Amino acid sequence: MTSPGISRQASFTGLYAFFATIIMLFGAFTSAMVVRRGASKDWVGVPRSQLLWVNTGVLALSSIAAEKARRDLLNGHRMRFNIGWAAATLLGAGFVAGQFAVWQHLRHSGVYINSYPGSAFFYVGTVAHALHLAGGWIAMFYLMVRALRLQLGPGRRTAVDVTAVYWHFLGVLWLYLLWLFWFWGNWD
Amino acid sequence: MNFLGRYIFSTDHKIIGLQYFILALIAAFTGMALSVAMRFHLSYPEAKVKLFEILWPNGAPGGVMTPELYLALMTMHGTIMVFFLLTTVPQGGFGNYFLPLQIGAHDMAFPRLNMLSFWTTALSFLVLCSAFVVEGGAPISGWTAYPPLSAVGPVAGPGLGQGMTIWVVSIALFSAGSLMGAINFITTTLELRAKGMSLLRMPLTCWGWFSTAIISLFAFAVLIAAGVLLLMDRELGTSFFLPAGLVINDKPIGRAGGSPLLWQHLFWFFGHPEVYIAILPGMGIISTVLATFSRKPVFGYKAMVAALLFIGFFGFLVWGHHMFISGMNPYSSIAFSVLTLIIGVPSAIKTFNWLGTIWGGSLHLTTAMLWALGFVSVFVTGGLTGIWLGQPALDLYFHDTYLVVGHFHMIMGVAAVFAMFAGTYYWWPRMTGRMLGETTGKVHFYCTFIGVYMIFIPMHFAGIAGNPRRYSDFSQFEFLRDLKMLHLGMTHAAFFTAAVQFLFLFNLLWSLRSRAKAPANPWRATTLEWATPSDEPPVVYRGAYEFSTPGARRDFRMQNEEEDTGT
Amino acid sequence: MLLAIVIWGVTGVVTAGFATKRWWFPAPINTHAAAFDSYFSANLIFSGIVFLAAQLALGWLIWRHRNRGQQAVHSDGNNRMELLWTSLTAILFLGAAIGSARMWSDVHLSTFSTTPMRIEASGKQFAWNFRYPGADGKFGKTDARLANDAAGNPAGILPDDPAGKDDIVNAALRIPAGRPVQLILRSNDVLHNFFVRELRVKQDLVPGLDIPLHILADKPGEYEIACSELCGLGHHQMRSVMIVLPQPDFDSWLGKQAAK
Repeated sequence: MTSPGISRQASFTGLYAFFATIIMLFGAFTSAMVVRRGASKDWVGVPRSQLLWVNTGVLALSSIAAEKARRDLLNGHRMRFNIGWAAATLLGAGFVAGQFAVWQHLRHSGVYINSYPGSAFFYVGTVAHALHLAGGWIAMFYLMVRALRLQLGPGRRTAVDVTAVYWHFLGVLWLYLLWLFWFWGNWD
Repeated sequence: MNFLGRYIFSTDHKIIGLQYFILALIAAFTGMALSVAMRFHLSYPEAKVKLFEILWPNGAPGGVMTPELYLALMTMHGTIMVFFLLTTVPQGGFGNYFLPLQIGAHDMAFPRLNMLSFWTTALSFLVLCSAFVVEGGAPISGWTAYPPLSAVGPVAGPGLGQGMTIWVVSIALFSAGSLMGAINFITTTLELRAKGMSLLRMPLTCWGWFSTAIISLFAFAVLIAAGVLLLMDRELGTSFFLPAGLVINDKPIGRAGGSPLLWQHLFWFFGHPEVYIAILPGMGIISTVLATFSRKPVFGYKAMVAALLFIGFFGFLVWGHHMFISGMNPYSSIAFSVLTLIIGVPSAIKTFNWLGTIWGGSLHLTTAMLWALGFVSVFVTGGLTGIWLGQPALDLYFHDTYLVVGHFHMIMGVAAVFAMFAGTYYWWPRMTGRMLGETTGKVHFYCTFIGVYMIFIPMHFAGIAGNPRRYSDFSQFEFLRDLKMLHLGMTHAAFFTAAVQFLFLFNLLWSLRSRAKAPANPWRATTLEWATPSDEPPVVYRGAYEFSTPGARRDFRMQNEEEDTGT
Repeated sequence: MLLAIVIWGVTGVVTAGFATKRWWFPAPINTHAAAFDSYFSANLIFSGIVFLAAQLALGWLIWRHRNRGQQAVHSDGNNRMELLWTSLTAILFLGAAIGSARMWSDVHLSTFSTTPMRIEASGKQFAWNFRYPGADGKFGKTDARLANDAAGNPAGILPDDPAGKDDIVNAALRIPAGRPVQLILRSNDVLHNFFVRELRVKQDLVPGLDIPLHILADKPGEYEIACSELCGLGHHQMRSVMIVLPQPDFDSWLGKQAAK
């Protein structure tokens, strides 16, 4: 993303293409879930943990912080960018840690991936989402370090913008998954 | 830059293209060797072959191939050929090398991603091959890996333990590599075209790569999802594809609620578009080669582009024609059948336009041109049987017979490979600066052309006689014994055809020894890869195929040539 | 020039191969199979004409326009031609889709006028079992875990289900000639496929599903059943036979089985 000669527009085109493939991936999981639920009578819902709402809040805050930082950088407020971006990164790590806590909690209460169909889709979906998020988090962390070394600025912000948009996308994807698991998966 | 940086972990699209090409060459000869071994076993089931015993001590004790080894070879042959040859050469090899050159870009949009994509693919190949040496050997479930067979582990048969897991991991890696490539191709095509290179001035090869990249972007994501679910069923005890009450080999499996058909839907949602991934870039190559050596513009350029895009879109709506007899709802079979025959229309349009391209031309029958004309012939032959198989009423009999094997080898295997040969003979001078031997090339072509008809047409007859595919032995059924001579003929035709492929290898290697440099534009072609290299980005003034334009100075005008003045 | 001759030669040999019918369908044993054969013939003739026309044209164009120093005609397309061949192929292909949809419906979506005889056909690696409901007309419940060939219970019928007491299980499929039969296809291990060439039908056996398949055979005889969906290392030996008997012979066979 930072190689010389790649225009800002190309970076975004590549990102949008990547979105298409992520949508297809989760679309495939979703359709498998719909088919699996319709094909048999053994559907008993998807596991719920109240902690998921806390995590959702953390991820939303992370997205907001990233967005604010991105705008600060555009306007040349480097110090404010550093703080905002670091906060976003930290909150992002918080979300992943929170997801780990959810998995731990479920396992302690005896809900494993092979416990019932809903739990299988829950683990597959949340882990797949967390892996995508981890990729974005590494980019965020890398950019945080670069910012501290004063390597970014209003004229060098493509990587920041691309990462922030990716981050928002994963946030929206998370809201979708939450809807799918919490509500759709537990409808009678 | 050191050797490692320049040739191994290179970010240069030309080196990466060559790396893909070499990887696929290794894969192709491996896959071909497997098919020769399979054909040998079918015709000489009792023969003791020392080589089999050396290669597969457990699979061929005493040199006689066991049924499980036959099925393992079959699975690996299919997987290697579909993924590491048909998907790799046209897109990864030629596409990486020539897309930037043809659109006048400096490199691909994301060079480091490009490198990562190649090495993921290479790793995937190594992982796949390692299935041969693990306990139980390579999987026996075919390249389609239908559950329950593929989902329950070694209890269902040899190779279905570690070998099967390795297969799934390899395919997931391959998909990841293809997705990275697809993102790169799409971005490069959309963003890095030279000044004046509008989309409708692009050579049809670029359109082929572009539409293939879009298809890959959607299809491989679904394959990854399917692979993940299969892996969960295998390793973590979930029940995505496994229903209740399974008892395999007297062992209760203890899962419940899954559906074997779900895998088939997910797999073919990828699998059918995959057919087009293999053939669309080839169609672009054929159009270019036919135009260049007919000294005529491509007939109906816009219709060709429209047909490519139409195929790309409809390719996602026809997967059910692989499942007519699977137990799927009979009404959906009718819908899939209609859509399948509709997608035959753009293929027919392309064939008509190819004939239109050579009509009235001045045909220079170089080796590349022979392969392109041969492509048209096998494409027609393979395509027509597709019309039979697309009709559920006929598929009721032909499904899973050798007619299907003959059909898809002709249209997906042979046609795509012919396009690769056409591309190799056409572009080799640009890739290496050396010309390939024309005489050797022509002998190679004629032998291969006759050879593939001798192998795959008799398969149609076997299919009409009802011969099921994926049988390691034909001795158990009375009606199959009658087909012995037919199979013997195919086997020997396969030996012959495989042998002449070494002419190709020889031609490649021999050309590298030659001192004579190829001219800059040996075929007097119009597209930018043949333009004199320059540090300035090229400017494009015209469409891709301006041949024999009345009033022009020469019988071709390159895309970066300004208007002729003073003629 | 050589290429034109080779293409014509190959075309001739392929056409001759299909025309001689040396390796071909077995004789049909019911009206569906006969209808299939004539529908396939129509397809074969249609695609044969297209095949010949395309290959001969290809060869002719190569011959006619080979480079002898002539200037190529400048033409980059013709919209009227595009429209013509697009609509022509679209009509032909859609015609094929509609033509075959009728035949498909006859097999899968129609019902017999008389009540069919019900037989359960089940496959397991790598053998077939055919179960008749016996005098009560009801199949006993099964559990694949109880299936045991040696103990004489290959279908795994529950011993405490009275409906299963008179069930008859056989390794070959015997059916009366001229009488509609509904096969109920089942599997408890992997996918299999029921294929009898003479009937011109095949259908997968899918674990978890009971798939009905209607068959009717008019001509007495013995026909091979070949598994046609990869089921493991013994796929090639998963064979049984369908024995079509005249009604009286079938009745006496069934009577003898019931007496056992």
